[in-house]
Parts: sequence; C-alpha cells; structure tokens
Amino acid sequence: MKTITFTINGEKETRDVSESKTLLNFIREDLHLTGTKEGCGEGECGACTIILNGKAVHSCMMLAVEIDGCDVETVEVMSKDGNLDILQEKFIEHNAVQCGFCTPGMLMSARALLLSNPNPTVDEIKTALEGNICRCTGYKQIIEAVSDAAKGGKYE
Amino acid sequence: MNKKFTSVGVKTKRVDAKAKVTGAAQYVDDIQFPGTLYAKVFRSTEPHAEIVSIDLEKAKKLPGVKAVICGKDFPYHTGLYHVDQYMFAMEKVRYVGEPVAAVAATSLEIAEKALKLIKVKYKKLKANYDPIKGMKKDAPLIHPDLHKYFSVPSINPKPHSNIPNHFKIRKGDPAKAFKKAHKIIENRFKVPQIQHVPLETHGAIAKTDLSGKITVWSSCQSPFTVRYLLAHCFKKQLKDFRIIAPFVGGGFGCKAGVNIEPITVALSMKCLGKPVKLILTREEEMYTIVVRQACHIRIKSGVDKNGKIIAQENEYIWDCGAYAGYGVNIVRAAGYSICGAYNIPNIKGDSIGVYTNRPVGSAFRGFGMSEIHWAIEQQMDMIAIEMGIDAVEFRKLNTLKPGSTTATCQVVTKHTGNMIACIEETAKNIGWGKKKKAGKNNYRAVGIALAQKAPAMPNNATSAAVVKLNEFGGAEVLFSGMEIGQGVMTAMGQIAAETLGISMDKVNVVGLPDTDYSPYEWQTVASRITFSCGNAVKNAAQDAIDQVKKIAAKVFECKAKDIVVQDGIIKYGKKTLPLEQVCMGYQYEDGHTIGGAIIGRGHFTAKDCINCDPKTGYSPKPVANWTYGAQAVDVEVNGETGELTIHNVSCTYDIGKVINPQGADGQAYGGIVQGMGAGIMEALVVDEKTGNVMNPSFVDYKVPTIKDMPLSMTSSFIETQQLDGPYGARGVGEHTMIPTPAAIANAVYYATGVRIQELPVTAEKVLKGLEELGKNK
Ligand code: FES
Ligand code: FES
Repeated sequence: MKTITFTINGEKETRDVSESKTLLNFIREDLHLTGTKEGCGEGECGACTIILNGKAVHSCMMLAVEIDGCDVETVEVMSKDGNLDILQEKFIEHNAVQCGFCTPGMLMSARALLLSNPNPTVDEIKTALEGNICRCTGYKQIIEAVSDAAKGGKYE
Repeated sequence: MNKKFTSVGVKTKRVDAKAKVTGAAQYVDDIQFPGTLYAKVFRSTEPHAEIVSIDLEKAKKLPGVKAVICGKDFPYHTGLYHVDQYMFAMEKVRYVGEPVAAVAATSLEIAEKALKLIKVKYKKLKANYDPIKGMKKDAPLIHPDLHKYFSVPSINPKPHSNIPNHFKIRKGDPAKAFKKAHKIIENRFKVPQIQHVPLETHGAIAKTDLSGKITVWSSCQSPFTVRYLLAHCFKKQLKDFRIIAPFVGGGFGCKAGVNIEPITVALSMKCLGKPVKLILTREEEMYTIVVRQACHIRIKSGVDKNGKIIAQENEYIWDCGAYAGYGVNIVRAAGYSICGAYNIPNIKGDSIGVYTNRPVGSAFRGFGMSEIHWAIEQQMDMIAIEMGIDAVEFRKLNTLKPGSTTATCQVVTKHTGNMIACIEETAKNIGWGKKKKAGKNNYRAVGIALAQKAPAMPNNATSAAVVKLNEFGGAEVLFSGMEIGQGVMTAMGQIAAETLGISMDKVNVVGLPDTDYSPYEWQTVASRITFSCGNAVKNAAQDAIDQVKKIAAKVFECKAKDIVVQDGIIKYGKKTLPLEQVCMGYQYEDGHTIGGAIIGRGHFTAKDCINCDPKTGYSPKPVANWTYGAQAVDVEVNGETGELTIHNVSCTYDIGKVINPQGADGQAYGGIVQGMGAGIMEALVVDEKTGNVMNPSFVDYKVPTIKDMPLSMTSSFIETQQLDGPYGARGVGEHTMIPTPAAIANAVYYATGVRIQELPVTAEKVLKGLEELGKNK
C-alpha cells in the first residue's frame, strides 16, 4: 500500500492504494468513476482514456501510484455542474454515439486535443483519435462532432 | 402517404445519448455490488481430445476460493436451434478455449491462481479444421451423438456425419436449363472466420439468493432468450430466473444467445447470496467467444445470349466450428436466400453446415448474408464482364422486381422493395461510369454490389410492449428490444410519440429490460426490432389512445372515432381537453370520475410465414420481409504496395419508412466501416498444428481505426412502404455491411484486373496479383 495525493476532476484527494493496482481499476473500483471503460486492458483500444496533466493517456497502462501529485480528469469532469460540455453536446447532435462504450474515451481524447489545439484540422482530429477504437459508428459522425465543437476555437 | 408526421421520420437525438456522453450509462462491469466474487474459466488447450480426468482438489483448497465446478457438477446442455453443447465440456473437448471448469473467488487474482491449480488430462484425438474434409464419408466424427441431439423442426441434421444442417433449394430444372445456356461461368470463393469485436467484452453477474431466486445482469442482446435457455439448461422454472440487461457495449450477433451466463449462474448456485461476476478479457473474447462462420463457396451460373441468368448452382459449405447451436440457422438463412437479390428460374442450392475443431461459429451482423454476398456479388460481375455488359445494367436486368420469384418461389410484389431504385441512386451518387483520377503509379475504379436480407427468425417470434400514460400526459414506453447501439430506444420512443399524439420529450423510453417487469421480446437480432418491436409499441400506444378516446367521447358526448389527439390535446371539432385530464381518469366538476389509469398493451408476430419444404426449399413466404440495398465503392490501389485507399462509399437501402434519419445514417456508416474491416483487414487465424487462435488481440487482429475509414461516405434511403411495418418501416441494421467486401473486390478488379476470391482483400494479395499481371510499379 502507498498513500497518494492527486486532483481528480478538480478536487484534491488522498488515498491508499496497492502498488500493483492499475490506474484504470483504481478509477473504476476505488473512485467509483465507472464512466472510464476497459476494452482491452492492453493499451490498444482507448476506451480507458483519461486526461493526466492535460494529456490523454491510457489508464489501463499505468499504475495508480503514478498519479501521485498529478491532475487527473475523467469523463465525469465534463458535466460536473450538470451542464454538458460543448463536445458532449456535439456528440449528441451529430449522433456520434451508438453503443456508447467508446464514447467516454473518445471524449477524453477529443478534449485533450482541443485543449492543446483549439482549431484542429480533420487530419489532426484523426491523429488524436487514432488510438480510440469505435466498432459502431464508422467514425464519420465523431469527426463531424469534434470539428463542430472546435468551431470558433474557444474550447475550454 | 401524405399524412404529416411529428416524430416518425423526424431527425431525432438519441434518447440514451446523454447517459452515454456523461459516463452515467451503466454497462454490466459498472455494476459493483459489495461482496462480489470474481469468476474465471478454465479452458481447453486441446482442439479435439477426450477428457481423461479433471482434478479440482488443489484449486478448491486455495484460501479465498469459494467454488470450483466442472461438467460433472452441472451436466447440462445449451443450444438454441440445435442442442449440441454442454455448459462445460464433458467427455470431449472440441476447440481450444472450450470451458472445462470454473472458479469463483474473493478476488480476481485468487481466481487466476486457482486456475493454475486445476489439472486436466486429455487423450488427444485427430483435429479437423477443414469442412470439406469433414463432409467426407469416412471423416472422424466430432459429434458422434449428432443423431441424438434435439433440433428445432426447420433444421435437418444428417445422422452419423459432421453435418448439423443441410438446407436444399431445388427450383425449376437447372440441369435442363444449363444445357440451353449460352455461357456457363463457375467460380469458387472463400470467407474466413472473423470476430465481432464489440468494444465491451462479454460479461455477466449472477446471484442466487437464499430463497433460490437467481438474478442475472448480463451484457446480452436477448434477455428473454437468456432466461428461457437458462431455465431449460438448469431444468428450472422461468420464474426462478430474473434477467436484467444494462446497456450493451456492442453485440453484432455475438451476444445473441446465451454465452457465459450459464457458467456464471452455476458458480452462483454454489455461493448462495453472493454476486458472482465474470468479465472476459479481450484475449478470451477473441478466442473463446463465438465468431462469424467461415464458408467455402462454389457458384455455377448459366446465362442466355441477352445476359439473363437462367440457371444456377450455389453451394455453401459452412465451417460451423465446434458447435452449431446457433450456426445451423445461418445455414438455413443462407439457404432460403441462396442466390441473393436475383431472379433465377432454375436453381440447385445447397447450404451445408459442417463441424470442425475451430472456434464456435454463430450469428454476425448479416447472418450469413455478408458471407454469401462476397461470392454472389463477385460472380455477378464476373458474368457481366464475360458477357460484355456493364455491371450496373447487368444487375438491373437480373435483379428481383415485382413479379419475379425468389429462390423459395416467393413472388415479389411492388411492396417488397425497389432494388432498381437502390441501384440507380447508388450509381448516381458514386458517379458510376465516370473515370476517377488515380495518383501516380496507382489504379482507381468503382465497384458495386447489392444486398438483400430478411430477418432469420422462427415464424412465431413475437414482440410485446406496454405504454403507460402518466399524470402529466406523457408516457412510459416499455419493451424489450435491446439497445445495443443501434438506436432502438429512440426509434421506439418516436413510434410511441407519433401514435399517442404527444411530443418526444414527454416520452419516457424504458428501454433496458428486466424480465420480471418488462414485456416479452424474442431476441434483438436479424434487423427485426424496428419492424417487430416497433409494431408492438405502435399497437400498445394505439391501445392506450383508444382508451383515451373512449373516455373523451363520453366527456364530449360524441363518437370515439371522431376524436383526434394532437400534441397532447384531445380534440373533437372545436372542443378540446388536455390529455393529462384523461390519463388517470376524467373527473367532472362535481367530482365524479370516469375511467382510470391507462395502460396500453400491444404485441406483434409476423403473419403467414411458412417453413421451407425440406426437400425443395419451397415456401411462398419463408420470412417476414426483405430489405434491399446497393453499395458502390471508389477504391484506389497503390501500384507499389497493393494498399487500398477507399475514397468514397455510397449506399442506398429501401427500408420503408425511415423512422429516424440520423439513426439510419449512423447504421449505414457504421455498417460500411465494419464491412470494410471484414473486406480488407479481418481474419481469425487458427494454427492447424495446435488449434490455437494466433491473433487474439487488437495488436494482431486489426479492426478499422479512424485513420482507416473511407474518406467519404453517403447514404440514401428509398421508402417503399412495408405494408405490415410500423408506419411502413422495415429493418436496416445489418444490411449496411453486407455488400461492402464484394464492392471493394469488384472495384479492385476494375482498377487492376486482379480478382481476389478469398477474403480479406489484403495489400499482400493485391500486390501478388499485380505482380502476376506484371502491373506492379
Ligand atoms: S482498455 Fe486501455 S487501451 Fe483498451
Ligand atoms: S459507439 Fe460502440 S464502440 Fe463506439
């Protein structure tokens, strides 16, 4: 066991965690933030994507102890105050969601992209989302949603 | 139809989208009960072997282990159409990955440790991976007891063989017609096994409480079928089981029947009062869960001088894998659809399932149609080329039209669907006949393919729905068509809103079934839900509104038939009454009340469907309906590498009334990309020395990413009303992936002259073809 302190979705937390626990399991089982999904546990599908210090990462490939002192965001941060984020709104408007299992990870990757590059090209969107597999939508409506959310370049 | 709709046909946001974008939507693994036990499955490492002994004792003694079970504890069968499988392998194992034993423990780590302590001794048997060999008379039998298995009446197993189903079409006199043919063209094609790859792997939680009631939370497409099969399997009553289905993270057919539920339930029976959770790893999902069946195909066509196909032989030899509980019905579906969307007067068709020692074959989006259209739609091009006829014109000449007869001799009417319109619209949208500019050293062309498919379901498959009006003049809509991503919740909400005359925002779509409370639904498969469940919802809403009108007629002192309900207002001439004043009964000024809480009920079963004749396949109506469609693909082939760039895909489907245009587009794009994966990337590779699946991960089994998708996709829809469909609708969920692989292969041929007859169309195969033609750069 190790004690770690981190910020999760804007709030500071201190927890004891086993050294061998993955960050994904910690988020899902200890923090009960089940929006973050496991699709492979091997860093290959993106369903577990979260934002760590502003960067999209696969939480299944990290240990929980690695977030000591870090800023962590999961999909739940996007509607914390009960209002939807513009990306979430655009995902709904463009029908970028089917089964929804890839959606939290997609949104996290898209959010990390827009935070660092508010006016991405379609190619940049594709590069940012390349690690997020979606078996349902065919991606077209996801790209449309992200492009639309980026309009104006004011994502925050 | 010139009636103006307010909900049906209107672009509508998904009702489940908010839950899904916020992370609020719960999938089975998101359900966390205190005191949960974790399950793991011990699996066969042999493709074909007798089980000599199973030693569970060491595993049982490991601290933290609560139950270790195997076949002798639960010697029960499962199987939907053909009962050929034990829950755990008993005398024999028949594929690598088959469940042999299972463990429940207080943690996943302990369960994994316990697996290592289980010892199973096998006596190896010769494995067979080739269905053609398996069909031979002297082939060793994988299921020596086949003749004793129970099958539903439409399935015809061949006793003392490896053939669990053989479906025959004998239409007209093909032998005679071939003699008259101007040209005879014969080709062979192959389809490999592929994986469904839902992003959410299979998962279930089972709890047997101390009273004996068993509750199962399962990622499944068909909760009522899960309940039915569990009750059969464990020889219990339906009331002993309650199945709760949370959101499903993709199914595509692999979550259609029962999968891991029986094992989870069996473990829970040994750990009373404790929830037992079994979530498969991606690797397990890849090699132990059902796959799309492989198929060996031969088509021989006879054409007359004008290019009309006058005779055809279609032979489909299906690799069912080790078990065929579901696969036998794919063999049947491929049988009655044997020649695709074509009008052929003389047919000899054989669709034959064969057991092998590969992973178990089952339903996959398209249910046999994706597989056979790979061959049919290339064969059509090959004939057209041989005859010097344009591929679009050839299809228009030969496709089903009003008055044509299908393979089972069903007569096509103008209501069946309009394939000609699908072809023309698709050709127009892709720019058929216009030369496309290729990059330096590259080749580029357009290919086209058609699709037809019917829902493959038992003729008595039924759907039910309940519509409860509420105090605010809104409604709860209950049904059990499963939301697996296709958008059923939204479509059912729209149908209810339209029928009730209220707006969508007043409808509470209660879409996630609980078998103790929800109305019955057979299964969410076969693109049948919009049609069948949609009809049930429509009937339930109509029943509710009829009750409203009856009460309102008393209030207005008029006839119920003269009343309309629009936008939540009950109207008779100039008189109006808000709907909410009637939903719970109408109260007069003096206080006396008529009527009461209104609950509408509805059901639907397709009418007049007749099983096919086992000798000839004849049936005037083998299925509820057909959906037709066409797809064209603009492909550029890299002359140096053989790699394909899919520039554009355009598709048109005749789906009757489009309930949610946005949802229909989503099905089209998703289907195209899944079809593209099957077309150019995916194949499950089994090592024929060991029986192991060689690519059980995303690293080795590639599915399309956002970078692989076509650069452009367009979809359009023709709306030939389905006379018995809800608002004229029929299904589209699966059809969108059926023509894609063949359309790509046809485009590659037109671009380069390379004909690939075995899926997938990989860069290596194309390059090899280019080299053979001396066309590589
Ligand atoms: S679960 Fe982490 S990448 Fe798939
Ligand atoms: S919506 Fe199902 S995986 Fe993306």
